[in-house]
Amino acid sequence: MLDESYYRKTDEIISRYVRDARSLIPIMQDIQAEYRYLPPELLSYVAKQIGITEAKAYSVATFYENFSFEAKGKYVIKVCDGTACHVRHSTPVLKALRKELGLSDKQHTTEDMLFTVETVSCLGACGLAPAIMVNEQVHPAMTPEKATALIEELRRKG
Amino acid sequence: MIHNMNELTQASEAAREQLRAYDCRILVCSGTGCIATGSNKIHEIFEQLVKNTPGVELVFSPCGGNHEEAAVGVKKTGCQGFCELGPLVRIQKGDKVIQYVKVQPEDCEEIIEKTVVRDEVITRLLYHKGYTAYVSPDEIPFIAKQTRIVLENCGKFDAESLDEYLAAGGFEALKKALSMSRDEVIDEVDKSGLRGRGGGGFPAGRKWKQVARQKETERFVVCNGDEGDPGAFMDGSVMEGDPFKLIEGMMIAGYAVRAENGYIYVRAEYPMSVARLWNAIHQLEERGLLGDNILGTDFSFHMHINKGAGAFVCGEGSALTASIEGNRGMPRTKPPRTVEKGLWEKPTVLNNVETYANVPKIILQGADWFRSIGTAGSPGCKTFSLTGAIENTGLIEVPMGTTLREIIFDIGGGLKNGAEFKAVQIGGPSGGCLTEKHLDEPLDFDSVKKFNAIVGSGGMVVMSTDTCMVEVARFFMSFTQRESCGKCTPCREGTKRMLEILERIVNGAGKLEDLDTLEELATMIQTMALCGLGKSAPLPVLSTLSTFRDEYITHIVDKKCPAKQCTALRHFSIIPVLCKGCSKCARNCPTHAITGVIGKHFVIDHEKCIKCGACIESCAFDAIYVDD
Repeated sequence: MLDESYYRKTDEIISRYVRDARSLIPIMQDIQAEYRYLPPELLSYVAKQIGITEAKAYSVATFYENFSFEAKGKYVIKVCDGTACHVRHSTPVLKALRKELGLSDKQHTTEDMLFTVETVSCLGACGLAPAIMVNEQVHPAMTPEKATALIEELRRKG
Repeated sequence: MIHNMNELTQASEAAREQLRAYDCRILVCSGTGCIATGSNKIHEIFEQLVKNTPGVELVFSPCGGNHEEAAVGVKKTGCQGFCELGPLVRIQKGDKVIQYVKVQPEDCEEIIEKTVVRDEVITRLLYHKGYTAYVSPDEIPFIAKQTRIVLENCGKFDAESLDEYLAAGGFEALKKALSMSRDEVIDEVDKSGLRGRGGGGFPAGRKWKQVARQKETERFVVCNGDEGDPGAFMDGSVMEGDPFKLIEGMMIAGYAVRAENGYIYVRAEYPMSVARLWNAIHQLEERGLLGDNILGTDFSFHMHINKGAGAFVCGEGSALTASIEGNRGMPRTKPPRTVEKGLWEKPTVLNNVETYANVPKIILQGADWFRSIGTAGSPGCKTFSLTGAIENTGLIEVPMGTTLREIIFDIGGGLKNGAEFKAVQIGGPSGGCLTEKHLDEPLDFDSVKKFNAIVGSGGMVVMSTDTCMVEVARFFMSFTQRESCGKCTPCREGTKRMLEILERIVNGAGKLEDLDTLEELATMIQTMALCGLGKSAPLPVLSTLSTFRDEYITHIVDKKCPAKQCTALRHFSIIPVLCKGCSKCARNCPTHAITGVIGKHFVIDHEKCIKCGACIESCAFDAIYVDD
């Protein structure tokens, strides 16, 4: 069971939008921005509140890559694997990050809930390839060494 | 509040007056690229410095005060284009503009002291090519060789200020459009020959006409800002750098087809575009330029923003509208087309960012002017994002019909570190590769199609001889396969099968008959897939197969990768004279393929080696090398 405060927050988010199907995606985005994931209980709750079926809400939530039912780390690191980054060797950067954090293509989030590492298709920062994004900040011209240093810096920040 | 045409003229005049009153403006590039290299910090430092420097004063609206000190403005602009050399800073004094590149926090004080106060140019911070240093941005070959319509304001003014847009002639086009009849506006766009910049190249005017003649009276204007092609960032730069222009273009479309609501669908990876667009919409609403009875006419228009949620297929029209409606972003069969039944089943004008951003200037300067640029079949300019193994990466705009050679060598400065040109991938996962023999072909919508590629939205990734084309094909196929929505079988299953074959080939297990199967599957998907994403998914494979067939064959028959990029086809050896016998590689090898005696040189057992490269990473003496 989720704490009552989650539902209060969700009510507040829902109140920003019209109560119908078109608001489902923005509401889910706001909830995810708040908690860094989409707690399944809240999705069912939202469905009821905006008058759509739970099945419909789940079908939409599972379609889009951005929604995650699992909690993500404090720092979500998106490694760009777009064409420009790929030809400028983004794979070694991804490998270095996963190695440093003990993650893999199966496990994306560290046990201490500090880091999540995922890949994205393009960050739109192709001029500075290879790029990664930590939460909303883009880091340009990455190398495996810079990636490891960045992790150390973020660890120090906690 | 701006209630009518006269007040708009007055507001623009007042804004120009403000601009003229600045003694100096420090324009800090705040595109995604420069922010990533630290331009926000630079902006902050400049603001602090200007505040604390005697003789200069930081002002936000220089008119109306009695300034004894020099009035200096510190502004954040959109993309100045030269992304690789960021943070970029321009110092503007009247008509004189100085472009500084790679500005670091420690340079700021010197810039204030020398350039702002004493009018001196700091040569070290200028852009250099060979022995030449360029002062004005317009002289730098990278910029001088471009023609900028959509990007004309990008990097020149504060993207977050409506006043600056007004001062640059913003909303003059809307004013003119509102004084024309709706049909006249559509005719002008139609006559201009403007074609959809999102990739398809469908004539925009024809689309508008089709929407305008529908019986249904509720209509929508939708902007596709879901720039999902990896390697493309033009639309993002326009949304960040000149958001008002995009909105003005959409408003003109709204007026022309009698729509009262406009939606911009922006991909989730562009948080800055979303922020700048919201800022623009709020300012326009506050000043009465969005809302009911705009400029005292019967035209009302409201803007909405929808953020994508990470689905490439939403760049397809019917999937995009489904997503705005709150559904899974899956395309549907057509007809009915979006112009008849689009958003909420209503007639909808759906164009991409660059298409709308071209509209204001077409209305202002006329269809004939637009037709005088570009080629007969594809008038106007096209923006491209130039990336990959190229010297000058960045955002460019050139007339349609410009050759690849001009783009890559004259503007792009040739390949990075003097590497040899191999191919340029154009049109992203829906496009193909152009090579040496296409370098002198003029690029436009129709010419590129002949070479098994598409102009697409404008992503251009330059590849040197270090790039393996089979791997590139595999890369794109893995992208489309992952992004396939799964609704139709040809795309869902076909891309999966093609990917399996390509993976086999790069892993050294390909067979010659695989190439025929690839071609067969490709034709099947092209003809039978439901939407544009599926139909174009095989293009990267077909195009590389036709141009670089040898490379596929070398992978299959000789089990070698000419570019030495395919891991599984690499062959690792230890160079005896360099090996100190420390055993570190042996300890790091996951398959225990390396053996030896401490102090003597180690050996790799090729039967056991899985070519993971762990040994190379661990060796402190560079004693392990890869041959093909």
